[in-house]
Formats: sequence, structure tokens, C-alpha cells
Amino acid sequence: MTDAAMNEDSLDNAKSMSLIVTKGTLDWGYPPFILATTAAAMGLNVSMFFTFYGLNLLQKKLDLGITTLGNPGMKMPMMGMHMGMPNMLGMIPGADGVATGMMKKLISKKGVASIEDLREAAVDSDVTMIACQMTMDLFEYKLDDLIEGPELGGAATYIETALKSDINLFI
Amino acid sequence: MADQTLDTKGMNCPLPILKAKKALRSVPTGGTLEVLATDPGAVKDFAAFCRQTGNELLESNEHGGVYSFLIKHTA
Repeated sequence: MTDAAMNEDSLDNAKSMSLIVTKGTLDWGYPPFILATTAAAMGLNVSMFFTFYGLNLLQKKLDLGITTLGNPGMKMPMMGMHMGMPNMLGMIPGADGVATGMMKKLISKKGVASIEDLREAAVDSDVTMIACQMTMDLFEYKLDDLIEGPELGGAATYIETALKSDINLFI
Repeated sequence: MADQTLDTKGMNCPLPILKAKKALRSVPTGGTLEVLATDPGAVKDFAAFCRQTGNELLESNEHGGVYSFLIKHTA
């Protein structure tokens, strides 16, 4: 067997993972891209299905933010302690912008990759990306608004992929 | 001495693994890659990465807060 044939064979036998990506905020953007890039690095075939707000992660120019609203688990390290973010904060104009700025500063200080870098790594490692046609239509997005690579698909496309995958996650 | 060294000190998950995977491409089969890291999670992660990809983890050490992993490129 030639090397190329062997490689192809091992690729067909590779484990696989599918992810449904439903959220489009700076914090929720991490889990899908971290898992997708790592799985690809470990030799898995990875498919990501972007639906609803997850489509936000495929925009050419990312403008991701976080909100302090409804998230009692969010405790930001501040002045040597951890500070909760009361819902009241969210009513102050610009509060989410400040929280987003804080998060971005922490991300770069702690050596955490940017979403842009992880997304590029996912594209480079041949992760299959499917954009949900229904939500594209609902939010009036065109494929042109998205980065190069994603294809259009729907629920049946996902189900078929999920049936063949070893790991299926909904994020 | 490893054939190649990759410094991921200061980087956080999953960057050390992603960079190591990339670096392994330029290490000939049978050659070794040494990865330096400060992320304590990397200890378990490199063990799992090597088990899953079939590359051999020859050594896993810690010295003064710096972890080093010696990986033999076998797969």
C-alpha cells in the first residue's frame, strides 16, 4: 500500500466529532473553537454546525462582546479578589462594553488565544463548517458576510453527520 | 537532546497542543520534539494527546515551574 493510500485509509477510520454552536458571545465562542481545534490536532474529523447566534462567530469581522446580565457565575478577578457582576450593572450605559474590555485584557494577559486565532486554526486544520440555512435567512445573512469556508446546510445534514460521529456536543 | 524545541511558556490551553501538533509536522518520523510549557494542565493534556495520536511521550518533567515534554514523532 502506498503512503498516500494508507493516509487516506487512516483518515476514513479516524474518530469524529460534531458540534452545534448556538452562542455568539466572547465567552461562549471559546468552548466550540477550543474543542474543535484540539480534536482536529488529535486526528479527529470535526464538523461544526453554526446556528442562531453561533453564526455571529463566522462573521468576517468579529465584534464579540459579553454581558453582565443574568450571569451570577461571572466573577471577575479584581484587586486581588473576585467581584460578582450584579444585574443592575447591565443597566448602566456602556457597562457591557467595559466588561468586554476587561475580558479582552484578561485574555491577552493570560496567554489565552483570541477567537480570531482559534477560528483561523480551525479553518487551517480542515474543520468542516456548516452555516444553518434557516437562521441565515432569519437574520438576513448572506454567505458573503461570512469567512471563506462555511457551507449551507440544515438539520438533516447535521443528523447525518451526528449519526456517524463518536462525539456530539451542543454548545 | 531533542531534534526540535518548542517554547509555549506563558501560553494557555489549547495553544501548547495546537503548536506542538504543527511543530511535529516538521519533525521527521522517529525524531523528537521537546515542548516547554508553564500551563499545569499541559501535563495531562500532552499525555492524552500522545495516547490518542500514537506519538510516544518519552519524558514528562517539571523544573522550577516549567514543564517539559519529550515527544517522539511516531505517527
